[in-house]
Amino acid sequence: MSVFTGTGRLVRLAIRRDRIQLPLWILGTALFVPVVVASVRDRFPTDADRIEILRSAVGSPALLLLRTAPTGASEGAMIMFSFATYVAVLAGFMSTLAVVRHTRQNEETGRSEMVGATVVGRHAGLTAALVVVAGANLVLGALIALTLIGYDQPVAGSVGAGAGTAAAGLVFAGFAAIAAQITQSSRAANGIAAAVVGVAYLVRGVGDALGQVQPDGYTMVSAWPTWLSPIGWLTEMRPYEGDRWWVLVLPLAAFAVTVAAAFALTVRRDVGMGMLPARRGAPDAARALLSPLGLAWRLQRGTLLGWGLAMAAFGAAIGSLSQTVDDALAENQGTADTITKLAGGGSADLMDSFYAAMMAFYGAMAAAYVVQALMRPRSEEAGGPAEAVLATGTGRLNWLASHVAVAVGGAVLLLVVGGAATGLVAGLTGGDVAGQVVDLTGAALVQLPAALTLAGFAVAVFGLVPRFSVGLAWAAFAISLIVGQLGELLGLPQVVRDISPFTHVPAVPAASVAAIPLIALTAVALALGGAGLALFRRRDLAI
Amino acid sequence: MTSAISVSGLVKTFGQTRALDGLDLSVDTGEVHGFLGPNGAGKSTTIRVLLGLLRADAGDVSLLGGHPWRDAVQLHRRLAYVPGDVNLWPNLTGGEAIDLFGALRGGLDKRRRADLIERFQLDPSKKARTYSKGNRQKVAVVAAFASDVELYILDEPTSGLDPLMEAVFQECVREVKHAGRTVLLSSHIFSEVEALCDRVSIIRQGKTVESGTLTELRHLTRTAISVETAKPITGLAAEAGVHDAQVEGTRAKFDVDSRELDHVLRFLTDFEVRTLTSAPPSLEELFMRHYGDELQEATVS
Repeated sequence: MSVFTGTGRLVRLAIRRDRIQLPLWILGTALFVPVVVASVRDRFPTDADRIEILRSAVGSPALLLLRTAPTGASEGAMIMFSFATYVAVLAGFMSTLAVVRHTRQNEETGRSEMVGATVVGRHAGLTAALVVVAGANLVLGALIALTLIGYDQPVAGSVGAGAGTAAAGLVFAGFAAIAAQITQSSRAANGIAAAVVGVAYLVRGVGDALGQVQPDGYTMVSAWPTWLSPIGWLTEMRPYEGDRWWVLVLPLAAFAVTVAAAFALTVRRDVGMGMLPARRGAPDAARALLSPLGLAWRLQRGTLLGWGLAMAAFGAAIGSLSQTVDDALAENQGTADTITKLAGGGSADLMDSFYAAMMAFYGAMAAAYVVQALMRPRSEEAGGPAEAVLATGTGRLNWLASHVAVAVGGAVLLLVVGGAATGLVAGLTGGDVAGQVVDLTGAALVQLPAALTLAGFAVAVFGLVPRFSVGLAWAAFAISLIVGQLGELLGLPQVVRDISPFTHVPAVPAASVAAIPLIALTAVALALGGAGLALFRRRDLAI
Repeated sequence: MTSAISVSGLVKTFGQTRALDGLDLSVDTGEVHGFLGPNGAGKSTTIRVLLGLLRADAGDVSLLGGHPWRDAVQLHRRLAYVPGDVNLWPNLTGGEAIDLFGALRGGLDKRRRADLIERFQLDPSKKARTYSKGNRQKVAVVAAFASDVELYILDEPTSGLDPLMEAVFQECVREVKHAGRTVLLSSHIFSEVEALCDRVSIIRQGKTVESGTLTELRHLTRTAISVETAKPITGLAAEAGVHDAQVEGTRAKFDVDSRELDHVLRFLTDFEVRTLTSAPPSLEELFMRHYGDELQEATVS
């Protein structure tokens, strides 16, 4: 019996378990292709149109940071500029979640103990997970390539786009495999792997924002940080504009190294255990823990700390760009239209528009956090300790409201951290620390009502249909994000874009604070949240 | 004597499944009441209705004089619950979980907590993630018995405990009973129920099939008799209440319906009894009799 015995069976088991989830991820991600192609063709039909918009884009660090540095004016290059990094992020999350689901989560629930006692080799579990995820990335890459070819794009560039996306997914799978060895809980492994994806996106964003504009005035060469990121490797392949196949060596080598490291770690630890030894804790509870609110805080604080660090790092990175952006904007007047359009505001101050675009990003992060935090009551209820807690003198309202309070408080804190970090670093480089901190913290907090609306929705579905609440809440978040933040990019009609709470948030500081949409969003959030609390009081516990 | 729990005609459905189908249960104040039934009979569902975690579809339920759904929070301050499947927070220690449950219930006795941790040999500074099933169970049991409450609702509390800990658990139940508290004990361990319970209720497919003291229930079942006489025994099998009689001259082995015992013994004395052993029915036999039908039905169909 070898260490790989039984891999085939475990692969089939994993495919059976993922038969709905992975196809949804793959199809959902690939669906970006037709939508983006249609939008590019509709809005920028000629080379001249594309060159014009790219000339402004290269002067907008916010746009470069969120998307990528443009490589050319062909239709294919424009498509890549529009969505390559987003697709790579989606491939990354698909891969990390799947790897953790088939490794650490199996160990945590004790399933791999049962499986490990059968005729299965030591490396079979991890190998099976990687085989399935590699297969999923190959299918995704092939689907992207074929769809692009179907839209009359050059074959080489299309294959490059597909292969580059799949390769990015593989690298993140490798990192997830390492994370799954280090931590003891799948929650922590998912957190580490998601952080790797986030950092990869941000690092290449900084590299692209700091890139050199070429003499033609509309293409760029990214700065060195882009080369540190698996997502950067996809864009550096330059599909349709040079097709640098040799860049593929980087992700494949990174995949090989990370996987080798993960296998090396598996033989150094016991089943069910992590690399980090379990520490002993307090034999008695601190007073602060002894209430529903104290418990909710204790359960949520780790997640919030992770998000807070990410937000502070992101805010500082944006703040440090401010001086560069200011200089770039001073040089390039044509950028004005792009940025103000992106920010949806009518202000003449370009710096404010840059910040407004970034604030929308902070808003999305705060919303993602608050939705994640509000999944906690459900996991406590479904086969968790909620049954025993609600059999004590703790009322249902008190229990759920404690979780909501921690989640909402956390979202406020994240926005304050993001805004303040941006203002602090921007102030230190450009002057007026106090003014910048106050202004940008305020601007970040304008995003709160949109995040609260999604929080309200999460509570409402938890009260109404607990068994489906996790899927519904994340779907609402994803739809709001796609429709609201990318609605313009995808050329969606205004009626559709109005579904998203993000659409209604004024682009502060570029636009002035409009009270009515913010009050309306808050009212919707309160109504949904109140309904959720009331419904939860009246329903059976869904254990 | 007042009633701590009184349930009549309780119905609870989940979609198409009728989990509880007119269940009755009555637990007097100060008694230890055994709650028995095969897996899936509805024991945990009944307990969750009593705790106001599930809402009854029909029937009258009264708990400590209140309504389990409407007065849930007030009632929960007066009871302690040990779930059948104890789930704890992986990153909290056992000690923290005990204190937390105690505080949420309205306070716990520090001295008693220390004493119980000692008796159950629990290490309270380990994170719940590293506890075995038995140790998780101990956390819930310690948290329950360290609380000063009127009613203990225990859903298979000793699953996963070793025999030594099982003995400690039985001591704890006797202590709270001695202090006049009420215990509802759902269990599969017959020796435990026989040792602790004043009365038992047996449920099956969401209905109560038997309820009463062990003596009363024994009366409903058969006693195994083995007898040796001076004269050869004749006509035994024809006597009312005698089953599975094996007679060999002056020796006989048979089962007898407990209510016919007196009359059958009178019949035997005519043959001049030399020795006689009788084995009272164990709860297990009682239990098997109720599930025996189920087994039979299953094999017939």
